[in-house]
Order: sequence, then structure tokens, then C-alpha cells
Amino acid sequence: MKQYLLSVYQPAGELPDPEFLAGVMRDVEELNQRLRAAGAWVFAGGLHAPDSATVVRADGDDVLTTDGPFVEAKEYLGGVTIIRAEDLASALAWGRRLAAATTLPIEVRPFQDGD
Amino acid sequence: MTQRASAADVERVFREEYGRAVAVLTRVFGDLDVAEEAVQDAFAAALRTWPGTGVPPAPAGWLITTARNRTIDRLRREASRQDRHAQAALLHVQDEPPEEGLVRDERLRLLFTCCHPALGMSARVALTLRLLGGLTTAELARAFLVPEPTMAQRIVRAKAKIRDARIPYRVPAEADLPERLSGVLAVVYLVFTEGHTASEGERLVREDLCAEAIRLGRLLARLMPDEPEVLGLLALMLLGESRRPARLGPNGELVLLAEQDRGRWDRALIAEGQSLVRRCLRRDRPGPYQLQAAINAVHSDAPTAEATDWRQIVLLYDQLLALSPTPVVALNRAVAVAEVDGPAVALEQVDELDLPRYHLFHAIRADLLRRLGRMAEAAAAYETAAEYTANDTERALLRRRLAEL
Repeated sequence: MKQYLLSVYQPAGELPDPEFLAGVMRDVEELNQRLRAAGAWVFAGGLHAPDSATVVRADGDDVLTTDGPFVEAKEYLGGVTIIRAEDLASALAWGRRLAAATTLPIEVRPFQDGD
Repeated sequence: MTQRASAADVERVFREEYGRAVAVLTRVFGDLDVAEEAVQDAFAAALRTWPGTGVPPAPAGWLITTARNRTIDRLRREASRQDRHAQAALLHVQDEPPEEGLVRDERLRLLFTCCHPALGMSARVALTLRLLGGLTTAELARAFLVPEPTMAQRIVRAKAKIRDARIPYRVPAEADLPERLSGVLAVVYLVFTEGHTASEGERLVREDLCAEAIRLGRLLARLMPDEPEVLGLLALMLLGESRRPARLGPNGELVLLAEQDRGRWDRALIAEGQSLVRRCLRRDRPGPYQLQAAINAVHSDAPTAEATDWRQIVLLYDQLLALSPTPVVALNRAVAVAEVDGPAVALEQVDELDLPRYHLFHAIRADLLRRLGRMAEAAAAYETAAEYTANDTERALLRRRLAEL
């Protein structure tokens, strides 16, 4: 089995209304249950907005710390799901379901070492 | 007495059997690069031995067995030196049951892998021609007018994505088949159209690409004989190819359908194409390729341009437009409408289409305006059409038309 990272990309700016978001959360949770039932679930989580991010980088022996995301962009990483799948076809099928649940584009990307 | 084999014989077998051998060995070793190397190695062995022994009675079987055995030997040597890649490929071989009887045709799997939607269109085209057609990187670079390193990188990247993202090596499940098959057909048709009217450059036609596309079309028709769109695509390509001898004038200039010398059309290709169209009609599951093939078959039926059954063509375009409601289809339909209802009606329909950057939109408008006697507008439209085409031969025709006004 191979592992894939499913990244949710969401547009920067104002969030949709709470009622809509609650529906999305329900659909995502339902999908997580299906992933668990199928033995495909590894990890899933949503992220706070990018302005909550901090970047640290090595600078010789020191570490430089800066406030804010690594890159400012029109879309940012809103959450990640890690799954186990036989191949890309199966990973893309889960990706499609996550896209339907979140109504957002999903990047499907393989991890380097499958077990 | 032994029939000796020449390098040309090996070359012919290479063209015919390369894809099949790569496909089988990909299943055996689970890796495209190992499979390709194995097949190339076996062909090198064939070049050494066949001139003495003759072409074996089952050349594909010989190549596959030779490739398999020589590669297993090589992998064993490399695996003992702790080469992880070789170890993985060897492990994969042990999981595969040895071939018994006839070698199964694995090319369909390979085709679906090469045409997977997770790969970019140009990568799908390059991989398909490389792995199934045996075209070299240099040949592909020439065919698509890109520098050889660019083409090499395109192929390396695509293979790496297949391996790293684990794009499956199989024919898709029933539920996904219609969508995935249409993706495969799109790749084959793109190869054909790129060969038929090269989108750039000096020469109008690149015959090698047309021939390759038709070979792939025939292969698909053999492997999936129950899919009417597969037959429709093959018919469409054969009927297009049948007119190639008449498409270029003595000085390499483009000759349009209405002015072609129909005596130069290839009758054998027409007969084959039309018989496929009839087979499709009997199935009665029309699709875009079948309808385009049927339109071409109507043209092929007409002994002269004047004798063309344009009403039938408009009816077929109506069906096509219902299945693929695109402005390009509507534009082509308008050309037929001009013959049935006159250029004024057709121009009205053309003017409603939003195709400002498509050179044929302007060329067709220009032609209709000319027929309506609106010469100044026609001239402007020919000018615009010439600006938007990247093919020199097409541009020359448009300039000729402009000069004739």
C-alpha cells in the first residue's frame, strides 16, 4: 500500500457563512468515517488561517523566526488528509469524494516511501 | 534452407512488435524503464542473431522470452550488488506466474496507463508513441518540433509520475471505461490531426504521425471490437488519410476538398472506412467520432464536389451538434448549411459564434462574404485568418484567396 497526501486548497479572504461550513464539516466527517471503515484512513485535520502561521528558518547557528505564512498566496492550504491506497486510481477516487465534500480543489500527491 | 533476415526485417518486426513486448514485460517487471531496456536489449540480440538464423516463426514470443531471460540475468547481477531497483524488479518477476501458451496481449493496459488523465496531454501523446509505437526520443522531438532534451525530459517526467504516484497498470473498471476510453481516443486522434495538418511549421502533413495514429487505431479496433467509437475513430482517420494524395498540389500548396482531384483519392482506404461506418450504423450507438466518420463517408461517396449530398451532411451535423455542442462543430455545420440554404443563412449562423482566435472561423467567414459579394469585408477576414494560422501551407492558401478577390 502506498500513502497519499490529499491537500485542500481554499481561497484567501472571507470564509463562507457558518451554516454552509457546518454542512461541509458534516460531509468531511462522514468521509473520514468511510475512510476508517475502508482501512484507508491515516490522518486528517483542518488548519487555522495562514495568518496564524509562523516560519522558522536556519541561519547558520541561529534560527530566524518570522510571522506569517511561508508564501502569501491567493489560495492556501486549508487542511490535509493522509490516506493509504493501492494506486493513484484509488487515491483519486478518495480525492474526488473529498473535493465533493469540501467543494474545494484537492491536490493528490504520493509520499516517497510506501509500505 | 534457412531464410536469412536483413536489418530491414528486424526493423519491420521492431515496428510491429515493440509495443506488445514492452507491454508484456511491463507486467513481468512492474517497471516501464526496465521493460523498455529489456526490449531494446532483445532487439539488439535479434540484430546479431537473426541475420544468421532467420526471423523466428513467432518473433514476438522470441523477443519477449529473450528480453525476459536476459533481463533476469542482468537484474540478478545488479541485485547482488545491493541495487534496490533491480531487487524490486526481481521480486515482481517472482510474483508473476510464468507464461503458458500464447502471450496475452497487454497493449490495452499499456495504452490506458500512457493515456491516464493524471498525465498532461503532451506527455500522454509522447508516451503512447514511444512505448506503443517504438518511436525514439529523437523522432518524437522532430515530429512535435521541440528540442530533443525537452522531449527526453517530458518522457522521463511522465514515467517518473507513473512510478511515484503509482498510476495503475490496468484497463479501467467498467464504470470508468467510457470516460477513460474517450481519453485514449483523444490521444490517438490528436496524433492523427497533428500529422494531418501540422499545427506549425512549413510542411502541411507529417505522414509518419498519420501512419502511427492509424496503426494505433487499428490496434484498438482489434482489441476493443465492440466499442463503436473505436471503430468510428478508425473510420474517420482512414477516410481522412484516403484524401491525402489529393490535398497537396504540384507545388506543395493546399487543395481544399471542393477542388481536389477525386481520382487521386485512395479507393482502398475509402472502402475500408466506409465499411466501418456501415458497421457503426448497424450498432446504432452513435458518438462524435462515428458521426464525423459518417460525414466524411458522404463526401467520399460523391464522384464530384457538386454531387455531394449536403442535406445528409447537415442532418449528420445536427446529430453531432446535439452530442458535442461546441462552436467548432457549429462552424463546420454552417459550411454545409451554405450549400443547402445559401451563404447568407450560413453567415448569420457563423456570426453568432464566439471563435475570435480560430483561423478557420475567419477563413470560412471570408469565403461566405466573398460569395455574397462583400469583397472588402472578405479581404479583412482573409487577413485575420492568415494571421491566426501557424501553418505556412495554410497561410499560403489564404493569401492566394485574398489575391484572387
